[in-house]
Amino acid sequence: MIETKNLTRKFGDLTAVDDLTLSVDEGEVFGFLGPNGAGKTTTIRMLACLISKTSGTAKVGDYDIGNSADQQKIRRMIGMVPDNVGLYDELTAYKNLDFYGRYYKVEESRRRERIEYFLKMLGLWEKKDIAAGTFSKGMKQKLAIARALVHDPEVLFLDEPTVNLDPEAAKTVRDFILDLKQEKKTIFLNTHNLDEAQRICGRIAILNTRLMAIGTPTELERSASGRKTVVQLEKVSDVIVSAAKKAGADVEAVEGNRLVIKVGDPEKENPDILGAIFAAGGRVQFVTEVSSTLEEVYLKLVRSQ
Amino acid sequence: MTPLDFQNAWSVASKDFETFKRRRGIIYATIAFPLGIALGFPGILAAIAYAYPSTTSASAASFTPFLNAFSFWFVIGAASLPSGIASYSIAGEKIQKSLEPLLATPMTDSEILLGKSIACFIPPMVSIWASSVIYMVAMDALTRPWLGFLYYPNWSFGGMVFLLAPLASVLTIELTVILSARASDIRSVQQFTGILFFPFIVIYVATELGVIQLSGINLLIISGIFFLADVLLFYLSTATFKREEILTKWK
Repeated sequence: MIETKNLTRKFGDLTAVDDLTLSVDEGEVFGFLGPNGAGKTTTIRMLACLISKTSGTAKVGDYDIGNSADQQKIRRMIGMVPDNVGLYDELTAYKNLDFYGRYYKVEESRRRERIEYFLKMLGLWEKKDIAAGTFSKGMKQKLAIARALVHDPEVLFLDEPTVNLDPEAAKTVRDFILDLKQEKKTIFLNTHNLDEAQRICGRIAILNTRLMAIGTPTELERSASGRKTVVQLEKVSDVIVSAAKKAGADVEAVEGNRLVIKVGDPEKENPDILGAIFAAGGRVQFVTEVSSTLEEVYLKLVRSQ
Repeated sequence: MTPLDFQNAWSVASKDFETFKRRRGIIYATIAFPLGIALGFPGILAAIAYAYPSTTSASAASFTPFLNAFSFWFVIGAASLPSGIASYSIAGEKIQKSLEPLLATPMTDSEILLGKSIACFIPPMVSIWASSVIYMVAMDALTRPWLGFLYYPNWSFGGMVFLLAPLASVLTIELTVILSARASDIRSVQQFTGILFFPFIVIYVATELGVIQLSGINLLIISGIFFLADVLLFYLSTATFKREEILTKWK
């Protein structure tokens, strides 16, 4: 649904996005992680045809962002929630959605239907005639997402949708995004909330001007320091450690009665290692797999630049 | 190039009309100034007539140039009123951050700009035109006994209200678009557009002093100058009101 090849944007001497190549599948919730100034918003703006690219190519659906004839078609098939929601504060919740429906030329009866559907779904129907300016941050954020969906876009760009929200409001927004996932919408989510990305995104890209890593949350966690097996024993002895090593275990550390073992292919290697430990008289209490957290991976990648 | 879709522009304008309805201050200012002209100047004249009951048709004829000068205030109104509205519509939206989602819609830059221009043009002009009718009726009621004929409507007044006033209004709107790109708040945009008062006040004072007369040909010349200024500012404002410019260069 979205494909970029060597996409680059420069502002004078400053390179905001450098050589970005990625693809997002239809119906995927794709997380775009990065620190402030990493180029996340610039990327969204380029993909939404709000600003031009300096070089490279990108497609949204079948349309090329660099082709002026395609740009309007792209804007028609996308919905966008910028980091500042930018609602019309003086207008009611209903009117905010209604005008956006008109901007996208949604037929009146369909517009009414969709506005009612989203306002009810987000628990805002009772407040439909209240000025949006009086809403809480969470309500505004939900309303902004509904506004981006009123014309039933195929792709939704969300720029930091839960930033500055209290945990309950953030959860409501996240749940709503997960509901959209069921509707097979392609969602491109800019965030620097690692927990949020891990919970709702199928794949994650880490950007810091350049693309640092891309993959599923699990792949990213494993990519940083490999997979590890932790074996908790009743008592660790040198005999047990050497037996494990003989069975091919790369023992990284012995922490009290725990063996931390680096394993390339735990599904294949763990039975042999555990067998050797048992044979050496080891009494195993727990066996767990550990990998780096997404936070560790993120910080490692971002700091490495 | 994508053809201009007037329906899109009208949707943008409709949204602004809806916003203005909720900003009572804008509505009051748009109505009060032209209405003040429409009632104020006839009021002054009525006071003079009351003070000098011996006014004859010959002496009355000598103040007809002043009637034209009074009428010119409608042009000044047309130049000043859109500034308040346009600053809210353009700089206001920029500050409120509601321009970006609007720019993400399929509408072209020109359609958005046209919609905003319509929203800033129509309310002041309707107010000016409605007030000018009140003004004409009031002035005619007062002056007909002295002059022996209806002074209004006449070509000069028509030229001012239907030609010069709209041109002045467009000039202000275009200037506001350009200034909105540079200003960081609504008040500073309004203050800067205040510079537009200057040429109009010069014309008014020159008329009052008898240096120029707002006759048909002079009105056409002034209108021609403002038309050229409108064309120049049109190119500057359309170059300013572009998605890329708004998101990357506007302050």
